[in-house]
Amino acid sequence: MTLALTQTGLLTARSLRTLGRQPVYLAFSLVQPLLWLLLFGHVFTAIGRLPGFGGSYLEFLTPGIVAMTAMLTANWAGTTFVQDIDRGVMDRTLSSPTRRGAIVAASIAHQGISVVILGALVFGVAGLAGVRFPGSWVGVPVTLGLAVLLAAAFTALSDALAVLVRSQEALIGLSQFLALPLSFLSSVLMAPGLMPSWVASAARWNPLDWAATGSREALSASPDWGLVTRDAVQLAVLALVLAVGAVGAFRAYQRSS
Amino acid sequence: MPVIEASGLTKSYRRVRALDGVSFDVASGTVFALLGPNGAGKSTTVRILSTLSRPDGGTASVAGFDVLRQPAAVRAAIGYVAQRPGFDPMATGRENLVLTARLRGVSRRDAGRRATELLDAFDLSGHADRLARTWSGGMQRKLDVAMGLVHEPRVLYLDEPTTGLDPEARTQLWATVLRLVRGSGLTVVLTTHYLEEADQMADRLVIVDSGRVVAAGEPAALKADLGGDTVQVDLRSADDGVRAERVLESLPGVVHVRRDDARLRARARDAAGVLPRALDELRRADVPLLGAAIARASLDDVYLRYAGRAFQASGDPSPGRTMASGAGVPA
Repeated sequence: MTLALTQTGLLTARSLRTLGRQPVYLAFSLVQPLLWLLLFGHVFTAIGRLPGFGGSYLEFLTPGIVAMTAMLTANWAGTTFVQDIDRGVMDRTLSSPTRRGAIVAASIAHQGISVVILGALVFGVAGLAGVRFPGSWVGVPVTLGLAVLLAAAFTALSDALAVLVRSQEALIGLSQFLALPLSFLSSVLMAPGLMPSWVASAARWNPLDWAATGSREALSASPDWGLVTRDAVQLAVLALVLAVGAVGAFRAYQRSS
Repeated sequence: MPVIEASGLTKSYRRVRALDGVSFDVASGTVFALLGPNGAGKSTTVRILSTLSRPDGGTASVAGFDVLRQPAAVRAAIGYVAQRPGFDPMATGRENLVLTARLRGVSRRDAGRRATELLDAFDLSGHADRLARTWSGGMQRKLDVAMGLVHEPRVLYLDEPTTGLDPEARTQLWATVLRLVRGSGLTVVLTTHYLEEADQMADRLVIVDSGRVVAAGEPAALKADLGGDTVQVDLRSADDGVRAERVLESLPGVVHVRRDDARLRARARDAAGVLPRALDELRRADVPLLGAAIARASLDDVYLRYAGRAFQASGDPSPGRTMASGAGVPA
């Protein structure tokens, strides 16, 4: 068990070191959420005047953008796996006593760290744009925590797909196919009360929506922590199931290669 | 006590049969070669013995552990150097070595010490702290092999380790590997399509062809088994082939004659003594020749005998193969 933890640490350090050596990628992932925030925040300012949004639209939007950023970032996690498979690095690792769980855990840890940094940045920019949340500061770390759980689920999914399809094009195609409907069938951009009823019921099964509603609840004036906990538990269970699936995907890889 | 035992391994990819019942043993502390053309099943065999691939049938054990039931123990005992590079191009040479060792539970201090030793042994110290992607191909190959050795495994797999290297780099790499291997008790399993490489490096070898082991033994013994050297005769016209074949077969001392279009190979205990008689008899039979030569028994002949065709015809052209040696005699 200790060795598995050491391996997770070593592999996480490796991927963060690689990220540090390609700061362009880091810059890219920073730009995207800010674009979302400022673009939607300003283009759709008028939406905030509709009933159902409470404060400003930017205030409504910020926690959802943190969640969406987590999902979109984590969707790329598997590309590292495909790269490692193509380069032969994966075979080298798989022929060593490195636990498959450690490989997936390291990938999740890497994405989790990225998401905390990106999320904090989104909050920072929102603050500069004048957004003030009515609740206590606790809502901010809770929002980041939910984003990390969401990222864990999508990282595991992306890793599993990567090991199964082993092609960047197929992997990116699949994640795009998933990301768009999930984004629009959620309350990230639109208040639940204003959505068509079928969208609202679809959103209830959408993990992105769990993170977004949980975060908005945590940032509200008087949060219902029971609701937040329910969202967190749902996300954690999903992440765990998908992580187990990702570890299992290596077995299929071993059979077919 | 063999360190590797493979028995009846089979494996198919979709409808293609890659392995068709491969069996062999490897003695501890020896260099063992799997020789054969591309696509013969060498890499598949090594992938199964490295737990990267599951066989459809058959059993295999490495260092006493079953590859299917105790994969973790097998992985702990082996170093695997694939045909493709396996280093991380975005890490330095030293970082690659240290990570490989530490993933196997080697302490930070020991991993660092071992990395430095291997960087020295492979003459890579000058570039140790530069990103591996900036290294030359030869240096990267050496790094791959060093990564296979850094945790001091019991068995090292080298899958086509010298493909793409120039002859000088090949010799140098082998010298370093053999220096590190000798006396360490390490077992090396090498796959190659270079006959010369298998001949020079391996204590024992198997020839693999179309997913089967067609011959096994020590290189010298395999060559000796053929029963001598070969008289090689090139005819002006392939039409004379059958007639010439009969002439050669009738000569005393000739063990076996093989015909390949206009080229005939007659194996004989005393090839040098047979050659002048062969020329006389062929002239008497009125068979025009382009040339004749004596070829020393080579693994090429072993391959030809067991796989039933010339080595080059079944795989890609292999520049390092043992060429037939001998003096050409004008006819």
